This record gives sequence, structure tokens and C-alpha cells, in this order.
Amino acid sequence: MAISYIFPEFEVVRNFDRCITCRVCERQCSNGVHSYDEDGKVMLADESKCVDCQRCVALCPTRALKIVKNDCTFREDANWSGATIKEIYKQAESGGVLLSSMGNPQPLPVYWDRILINASQVTNPSIDPLREPMETKVFLGKKADDIRRGPDGELICDLPPQLELSMPVMFSAMSFGSISYNAHESLARAATELGILYNTGEGGLHEDFYRFGKNTIVQVASGRFGVHEAYLNAGAAIEIKMGQGAKPGIGGHLPGKKIVGEVSRTRMIPEGTDAISPAPHHDIYSIEDLRQLVYSLKEATQHKKPVIVKVAAVHNIAAIASGIARSGADIIAIDGFRGGTGAAPTRIRDNVGIPIELALAAVDQRLRDEGIRNNVSLVAGGSIRSASDVVKAVALGADTCYIGTAALMALGCHLCRSCHTGKCNWGIATQRLELVRRLNPDIGTRRLVNLLTAWKHEIAEMMGGMGINSIEALRGNRLMLRGVNMTEKELEILGISHAGE
Amino acid sequence: MKRVYANEKWCLGCHLCEYYCAYANSGKSDMVKALRGKKIYPRIRVEGDDKITYAVSCRHCSDPLCVKSCITGALHIEDGVVCIDRDRCVGCLTCILVCPYGAVVRGEGGVVQKCELCLKNAVGSPACVLGCPNQALVFEER
Amino acid sequence: MTGEKIIESMLPMHDRSNGLGGGFAGYGIYPEYKDFYAFHVFYNDNSARAECEKLLGESFEIVKAENIPTRKIPEITDIPLIWRYFAAPRDSVLSRLQLDEKELVVRFVMHVNSKIDGAYVFSSGKNMGTFKAVGFPEDVGRFYRLDEYEAYLWTAHGRYPTNTPGWWGGAHPFSLLDFSVVHNGEISSYDANRRHIEMFGYKCTLRTDTEVIAYIADYLLRRCGLTLEEVASVIAAPFWSTIEKKEPKEAERLSYLRKVFPSLLVTGPFSIVLGFDGGMMALNDRLKLRPMVVAEAGDRVYVASEEAAIRAVEPDAENVYAPMGGEPVIVRVKEGAY
Repeated sequence: MAISYIFPEFEVVRNFDRCITCRVCERQCSNGVHSYDEDGKVMLADESKCVDCQRCVALCPTRALKIVKNDCTFREDANWSGATIKEIYKQAESGGVLLSSMGNPQPLPVYWDRILINASQVTNPSIDPLREPMETKVFLGKKADDIRRGPDGELICDLPPQLELSMPVMFSAMSFGSISYNAHESLARAATELGILYNTGEGGLHEDFYRFGKNTIVQVASGRFGVHEAYLNAGAAIEIKMGQGAKPGIGGHLPGKKIVGEVSRTRMIPEGTDAISPAPHHDIYSIEDLRQLVYSLKEATQHKKPVIVKVAAVHNIAAIASGIARSGADIIAIDGFRGGTGAAPTRIRDNVGIPIELALAAVDQRLRDEGIRNNVSLVAGGSIRSASDVVKAVALGADTCYIGTAALMALGCHLCRSCHTGKCNWGIATQRLELVRRLNPDIGTRRLVNLLTAWKHEIAEMMGGMGINSIEALRGNRLMLRGVNMTEKELEILGISHAGE
Repeated sequence: MKRVYANEKWCLGCHLCEYYCAYANSGKSDMVKALRGKKIYPRIRVEGDDKITYAVSCRHCSDPLCVKSCITGALHIEDGVVCIDRDRCVGCLTCILVCPYGAVVRGEGGVVQKCELCLKNAVGSPACVLGCPNQALVFEER
Repeated sequence: MTGEKIIESMLPMHDRSNGLGGGFAGYGIYPEYKDFYAFHVFYNDNSARAECEKLLGESFEIVKAENIPTRKIPEITDIPLIWRYFAAPRDSVLSRLQLDEKELVVRFVMHVNSKIDGAYVFSSGKNMGTFKAVGFPEDVGRFYRLDEYEAYLWTAHGRYPTNTPGWWGGAHPFSLLDFSVVHNGEISSYDANRRHIEMFGYKCTLRTDTEVIAYIADYLLRRCGLTLEEVASVIAAPFWSTIEKKEPKEAERLSYLRKVFPSLLVTGPFSIVLGFDGGMMALNDRLKLRPMVVAEAGDRVYVASEEAAIRAVEPDAENVYAPMGGEPVIVRVKEGAY
């Protein structure tokens, strides 16, 4: 095709009065946007290649660069938005399924932002977390069904396997392959330092990282990449991935060009082959099959590891979760439609699934209605963006949260949504060694630890304000929430009152 | 003594260290003013090829050949730091010949210049380390 | 002890309540009916009464049904119908539903309180009873003629409602079977506790937080078979940092209880007295955000929010002390004394 109908999305604006032609922008752009013109002794830019990852902006020592949205505009209207028009052109040019990365960007409701948190006034003292103990420790796993005593009347203190977290946050599944070795190392080390867990995703566990096993969730997904006995026993828990919020009903596809070296070894597949995870698990066509897999994994690990079942939030999530809670699983992870991804078909990402807030509230209530909430712990994921999102999720009923995108942002991700190109300038979603090197795990670890340490302080502040000094007293405590700007139905599903009520 | 160490594993070859060095030693209060449109004379250099890069600057040897070879006494040691008195340097370049690291270079105006750990400029500690985006340069005791 | 004494002790506490709720529980007050469940019920009208009595009659043999005797006093107004029934569960019903009798009582109470409009069972134990109303406690005591009852254990409460309306059902004590709870405080964990306990058939219908403590006590003591000390370690669980410092066996026990019953941890300020058949347990929240003092006089033990309440009736009380937050004070009546 001779001409492209698509104009560049961004404009590279260079302040030539500030540019010292150090060429760091050129050296750091894997997309080849910047170049140096020897004749004119000036920097040039080809903005058609720019993805707005902000790497050049961040490294420019004289702040001579900025990337702005190109204001060249199609003749948009309320029906045909610029984005829609562009997608038509792209498909007309390529004939392919559109691919996207990261979470659903559409202007659908973010319920977290319509929920407000309570605080104590007069009748109940708020608690100052700087002066009083404030407990954020969480245990995940099935609770004991009955209290048993020995012949001496003493309690028999045995429990199904439990996971201990210092705070209600974990790093969600991101495979080695979809993200880099250094990103994985940063997550593993930060999880260890923080006393929480990270998740291998479906890419196996690199042998260097077995030492972080106590803080690792090993994932078993439909492609079974990298799964073997030692792997299953290496982590603190096993997660069966049934679905992902960004692409419910869809499998995964890691292109062969990312299956290089260590990635190929860890996944146990030949270099250069595409790693295709089927849409369903081909040994799970129904709930009873899931139960078999849960128990197979438990058998393989001597019943010492809790089993997590991760599902995407879809329409019938409450009933699905109820089935999972009776399948022997110890923990259910629900991933909302805003959850991130390294690559998903755009149509699926933007149109399939439901918000995590509604899914979580519906599942928690359903499990309570059926009296089986104690059978499982609940993990909420799919765009938890801040400490207040965590507090709201816990108050709606989550035991803990998964964060993926927020963790990647701590590592440098600027949400350019180009993970699927494999040219991540921040060294995160790439396997190119010269790019991977850009993420020094010493720095990555520290930034992750900083982020969650900050969140922990904020969670403690909010809890203290509510007069709550232990996170378990917040879990499912929906009276601590009020809604604004919602319909009766939305409030009913969330199980909260409107502000003012 | 604290020295600047390079870790080639994390060096991105971005050359920012050179620019921060040149700026730090320019005596100017603004980087643009100091460097725009000028050739730079940094005291640290990124070396390597397209596979591996690393930044080289003075090692501040405990028994430095450059100091021994300096015919005017311009190169000398202050509290372990190898320093140069530019007023005494006659530009014979013997030090450049003897330095096994290539860390001593000709500066602007003919005389020799070298890393003095930014102890004598306004930054106060190595600007290359502060400016390195990936901690490929560290300033530490080993 | 007649109820007169406890009414007297409530007098200096007048300013701690605002006249929107007062109540008492007496243990050992119905010796002649001690084998029967004594149901105390508020009715808005006679149709609610008819409906409730029909239901009661289906599952229980009613040996006596009467108005609870009251004294006409100007301070107490808007009086509902206040009835009491002494009843025994029908064996046929128990065997048909395969329930023990206490569970049957609980289900009956929950059903009436949640399903029958205008009927509230506010007392359902054997040989004990709670008496409550909207008013100051000393007036409520006179209204119910408590001077005419004798008990081995009395609890009393004056309410100053903050989050929920002042109404007859909302006054303390809250009771279920022989458990009764009076509570000074506000539970910040309430909805977490409520939503958890409701999984087990309890229904929080009385629009106030204290109710949930009575159900937690019943659940943990009767259904789970925990000891009183263990219950205290659940609802006022020690901090993890405290548990770590305990010797290993004790640490294991405390940590087990926290892991199994995380949703029954009660946070926010509270001092509570839990009455039960044969004794009482007093407990403060783990930060001790509410006052509580204990004192002794002869073979009697007194617990109150303020020492003044104790001195009012026992000027020479000894061994006065304030228990630590989370430290249960458990008092049992001597064997055979009730």
C-alpha cells in the first residue's frame, strides 16, 4: 500500500535552545525515532515511530524534549472517534486482528473512584498508626472447618496450608518471557524483602530464582510451559490460571522471537518456536475436571501448598467462584476487565469481561450466602492502582490484591502499551539483552519496595482513621464504604449505601 | 577510600556520564550554557563496542605511575585523591603515556586534566555517578 | 441480690447515657421455671403477637404466657406490648429437624426478629431474663419492677446511641440463649463481624453493633466449643507482635485462633460484660480505648465503666483494678449457688 492513512499519534517536540546534542535520546530509543544529522549538527526525529514511552524525555539531561499528542485530527464525531477511525485504517492496511497491550483504556466506569471511605469522628477514636500498632498481616488459605481438641482438651492447631503476607498486596502473574529476567528478579527480590509474594506467570521459574521460592507463586496455565515437579514444589503456592481479565476466553501467544536463550530453557520449548497457550485447559472442560487438577497438584506437592485458581471476571463470576470454592481450591483470584496484559486482541481487551469491583462484591456475597466464604481466600486484581483501591477492595471482601501494572510502573513502565512489540525501552517487556540491561534489579527492587512501603503507610493511615487496627477487621466491612454517582443497582451489587445514607 | 567503580553489566552506553562530567567541571550553573554547541572534554569516557560498554575514569591508584612520572610535580596526591595542579602542568603528556587505564587526557588549552572525584567543583561528589541512570557507576569504599 | 442494688449503682452513671436506652439482665431470676426457656418479646401490636405465638406454639410447649409486669411511671412512654413465655421445645420438632434444643431456640429467635414485622425476641435463656426500654436505666429498672426479682448476677446498661436509633430493641443487654452482652463502645469492625456471623444463621436485625457480640459469643462458645479465654483471644486477639513474644506453645495457640477466626476480631473501643449461665466475663478492647474497673467485696465481684458505680452500692469495695486491654476477667458463681 503506497500511503498510510494514519498520521503519527505523537509529536516529538525538541527545544533546540536546550539541546546539547548529547545524543542520549538517539542511543536510548529502540524504535529509532531520534537521529543525529552530521551536516546540520542537529538532532532529527521520525515521530511516526514514537510510542510515547518517555524514555528519551526521562534521560534528556537538559529537558529539551517533550512528547505531545499530535493534534492533527480526523473528522471525528460522537460515533466515529479518532481511535475507531484509526483502527479501521489499520485493519484495512494489515488485514489482521488488532493487538494491544496493558489494560482496557476505554472510558468505562472505574467504580473505585465512586467509592468513598469512612473515618471516625467523636464516638470512636481514630487510631494514630505512628503511635499504636497497626496490623496489615494477612493469611491466605482455607480456614479450619471445626475446632478439634486433644485428649488433654488442648486445641489441635493444625490448619490447611496458609500463605502469610505482610500486607494485602501481591505481584500478579507476569511470565518470564513476557517480561525480562531483570524485571523478574526485581519482583522476586522485592517480594522477599516486603514479605509478600510474586507470581511466575506461565513461563516457568528460572533456576536462579528458586532461592526466592518462599515468596513465589508458581503458575500452571493452559500451555503448561515450564511445569515439572521441582517447579511445583519450588514455590509457596500454585496458581492454576483459567483466565485473565484482559482477555477472558483467550489463550496466550508469546511470539517465537521472544523465545530465546533462557526463556526457551525455562519454558522448556525450543528457541524460536511460538509459545501458544490454548484458550481452555484441554484437560479442564468442566468444573469437575478443575477439581481433579487441583487435587493432582496437591498430590504432587504433598498437600503442603495452597492452590489458587485464577479466573477472569465474567458475567457469571459469582456462580463460577462458588464452584471453584467447592473444588478444593484454597484461594480464588479474580481478575477484572481492566487487568493488564503483554498482548491481547484489542476487541477482546476492550469489550469482554466485567469490572473487578462488581465481580468481587458479587463473589464475596455469594460465597457468604452459601456459607462457604471460609473455604477460600479471595484475591482481587485487574487494576488496583493505589493504597485506597486496596482498602476499598479489602472492605468489599478481598483478602488481598494483585497488582501488575502498578508494579511495572514502579519499574519504569510508562504505559506506552507496546509490550507486544518486544522493544520495551525500559527493559521490562523485552528479551533483547541490550534493552533488558536497562533495568538494574537493584534499582527495580528498591522502587518496588518503596512503592509498597508507601502504600502500607497509607493503608495504615486509612485504617487508623476508621478506628480499625487490624486488616482482618476491615475485610468485608462494607459499612466503611459509601458510593457516589451510582445507580441503586450498582449500589446493591456492591452492597454499599449511598453517601449520605 | 571511596572510588568510582564501573559495572559494565549495567552500563547502557548512553554517555550521560561524560556530559555530566563536562558540565560539573565547566564551572557554569546551567548545563545548556555549559555545553550547548561546544565540544566536550569529559574526564570519564565510555568505552566498548556494541556488545559491552563501560565508563573509564581515574582509578586513583594507591601508587600512581602518573604521579611518579610527572616532571613538574603538577600531579600529586591529596588525601588519596590523585589531583592535578593545572598551573604547574607544562603539557609534556608523560602521564598520558604511563597511565595504564587511559584515564588521564588532554583538556582544553593543552594541559592535562583528570578526574578529581568532583571534590573540587560545585557538585562535591562524582557527577558521573549521580547522573548515571542505571547505577552502572558507583562511588563507594571497596 | 435484688434488682434494687443494680438500679442504685446506675444512678451515678446517669450522665453516661442520654435516656434513649437502658436495660438489665438478671441470672437466676426464674427458679420456678428454670427448666424452661424464658422468651421476652416486644410486639408493636396484637397481630404481630398472634403471628409470633403461633410460630412459638408450633415448635414449643408453652407452659406460661403473660405480660411482663411493669410499673406505670411517667418517664417511660411509647410502650410496646411486652410479653414473656416459658416454653420447652417439642421433642417431635427436635427429632424432625435433627436439631439440639439450643439451636432450635436460636433459629426461632432469628426467624421472629428477621421475618415477623413488629415482633422482637429480646431474651431467650433459661432462668435468666433481660429487661430493656427507651429511658434512663434507673427508670427502666423501676418500670420493670426489678426490685421484685432476685438474681445471682445482674448486668445493666445506660445507652447513649450515636450511630443507630434509640428504640426499645436497641437497648442493651443483647441476649441470645443465656448469653447477654452489655457494651460500652463502638465496633469499627462491625460489618466485617456481622457479614461473617450471618453465614452461620445469625441475623443482625436490631440496628446496633453490640448485637453481633452476643451472636459471636454464642457461635464461639456453643457452636465451636471454645473456652471463654479462647473467645477473648479471638475477639480481642493479641497483636502479632505480642504473640511472637509468647512461649512457643502459647504462641501457636493464639496464632491458630487468629488465623481461624480473623473475621471475628472486634476492633474499635469496647468494654463489655458477657453474662452467661453461672457467671460473667468482662473484656476490654485490645488497645483499652474504654474504661473498665473491677472490684471485690466479700464474695461479690463488681465490674463497671467507672469506680463510682461500684462505690455507690459497695463503698468498701476492695482490690479495685483496671484490667489490661484484651485481658478477660472471668467470674464464676460457686458451684451449686445457682
